[in-house]
Amino acid sequence: MMPERKLSNLILLAVLAVVIVFVPALLISVGVLDAYTAQILTIAGINAMMAISVNVICGLTGQLSLGQAGFMAIGAYVCIWLAQTVGVPLPFAIFVSGIVAAFSGFLIGFPTLKLSGDYLAIVTLGFGEILRVIFVNFKSFTGGANGKRFTTILAARADYAWIVIIGSLVLVVVFLQNFFRSTYGRAILSVREDEIAARSNGINAFKYKMAGFVIAAFIAGIAGGLYAPFIGFIKPDLASFNRSIEYLIYSVLGGLGSVTGSILAAYILTYLQEFLRFLQDYRLLFYPVILILVMLFRPQGMLGTREVSFVGIWNRLKTLRREANEQKN
Amino acid sequence: MLLPRYTRQPLIPDPGFVLYIDARRLVLLTIFIQQLVNGLSLGSIYALIALGYTMVYGIVKLINFAHGEILMVGAYTAYYVLRTVGASPLGLALAFAAAMIVCGITGITIERFAYRPLRSSPRLNSLITAIAMSLILQNGVRVLPFAGPNPRQFPTMDTIMVPFGAVSVSNIQIIVITVSIVLMLILNYIINWTKTGKAMRAVSFDMQAASLMGISVNRIIAFTFALGSVLAAAGGILYATAYPQIEPTMGAMPGLKAFVAAVLGGIGSVPGAMLGGYILGVAETMTKGFLSSQFADAISFSILILILLVKPTGIMGQKTRVKV
Repeated sequence: MMPERKLSNLILLAVLAVVIVFVPALLISVGVLDAYTAQILTIAGINAMMAISVNVICGLTGQLSLGQAGFMAIGAYVCIWLAQTVGVPLPFAIFVSGIVAAFSGFLIGFPTLKLSGDYLAIVTLGFGEILRVIFVNFKSFTGGANGKRFTTILAARADYAWIVIIGSLVLVVVFLQNFFRSTYGRAILSVREDEIAARSNGINAFKYKMAGFVIAAFIAGIAGGLYAPFIGFIKPDLASFNRSIEYLIYSVLGGLGSVTGSILAAYILTYLQEFLRFLQDYRLLFYPVILILVMLFRPQGMLGTREVSFVGIWNRLKTLRREANEQKN
Repeated sequence: MLLPRYTRQPLIPDPGFVLYIDARRLVLLTIFIQQLVNGLSLGSIYALIALGYTMVYGIVKLINFAHGEILMVGAYTAYYVLRTVGASPLGLALAFAAAMIVCGITGITIERFAYRPLRSSPRLNSLITAIAMSLILQNGVRVLPFAGPNPRQFPTMDTIMVPFGAVSVSNIQIIVITVSIVLMLILNYIINWTKTGKAMRAVSFDMQAASLMGISVNRIIAFTFALGSVLAAAGGILYATAYPQIEPTMGAMPGLKAFVAAVLGGIGSVPGAMLGGYILGVAETMTKGFLSSQFADAISFSILILILLVKPTGIMGQKTRVKV
């Protein structure tokens, strides 16, 4: 590929990222988007980040984890503790909550990643439940079962929240897209495809599974660190099995192995949840029925392992226009 | 450096070989035996439920997450039967029969329409379908007009305490332990001594070879689901009798615990599930009795993690080799 083409692609993506981060924020602060819609869109951003986290471990590394919400809860509690009790500035607290979640992922992963398949799923499930019990019982640190309140500027100003949360989401996507095209990323993908074949090619499967697990935990921790100040209130239920399942559902519906698919699914489903409120409790039935239908008729999810490529769309548009011009002439 | 050691001497010199227990220890011992009985009663419920998980896993390699919800369906069926005929021993027997039939049919239906079409697809897809199925059952009961989301009082017989020396056992605990042991003996008979049981073992050993030998694999799998669901129904009624409150989400926690028990014993192994159930039940009540009741849930999962780290296939599980 020619260098100027590369540069133009980079500029295209940078412009797109700036538009996605700042234009809706501007619309929110002017008042075109009302507070309710803004909140749904921002929460969907956090859900998307969690779906990406599940996707990194389940879809890209190929290890089924059912305790991803546990890492999110760790992130949320650490963020509150740092920002409220210690008095660290909020961005730093969010970053540290990601690091702490990643480190606990490392600790958990060390013994458990030797297990495979269903056993790993059970151990991660147990990990989430243990965390929930710990959060309920250490009242002085976590506020017990009633949860903990936390007021910040992010809860008050929807436009700031959008910039911070969607900005982090964009950074995560940029990081992942580059990471999974690197030697490390490709090694992780090869472990997913066939662990034995990867090992016979000299790839340390355990090390790369660990890398995938730690990255997934880091993203979940960041999502938790963003969730706490935005919602302003957290409960130990954040770590529960049901939440992990919810994020797994986003990830599966979007297509395991597709980061953009996760984002798309998280946005569609979060919006659908609000849209279907008029169905009341029947709404709760709607979700699993969709899930089963998808599993029966489109088991690879919406996008499978493909990604939505903005550069690809742009190039397609350009060729379409050129063809239209040629036809005119 | 040698420090003087403080040894505790009895005030009255010990007259030779007489059993010497001070009062505090006697109390501890009584609590221990009492908790052991409670643990056996809870453990037999877990064992019943765990058997369903382990049999299904042994044959189709699927973690049937909807199993806990089948338990809930069984408890609800029993609730309606007991409410109409009253909580007498005869009523209880009727409730068992009704719940077992309803759950058996539910289990077969779920297998037929949700799991069978996905049998050849990747494991993750069946697992997610199982999770979705559990959500459908849970929320289905929640929206049913005659069930609803609110918890209900489960009708039980009056508790009578039967003293056995220093500990006392309630009639409900005796019912729980006897019913589950009888059911486990029946299951053992079916698996080891009948033709269907032989076919089940054959299918779980090698599905393709079994099918070549003329065993109808689909029928055997459906039968296994029915058997597991029947045991779950019994487990559900016993659970609801021991903790007399039912709600749509009641199956989640015993379901998870029983699943932990199945993994603990070695998933796929029938005696392993029974052993795992009893270990988990006793461990949980001991934690409640001696450590703290809040941490009981965390303890059972910690035990699971510890055992899996030492012996990744569970206590009675067989090591499987991965071939290229």
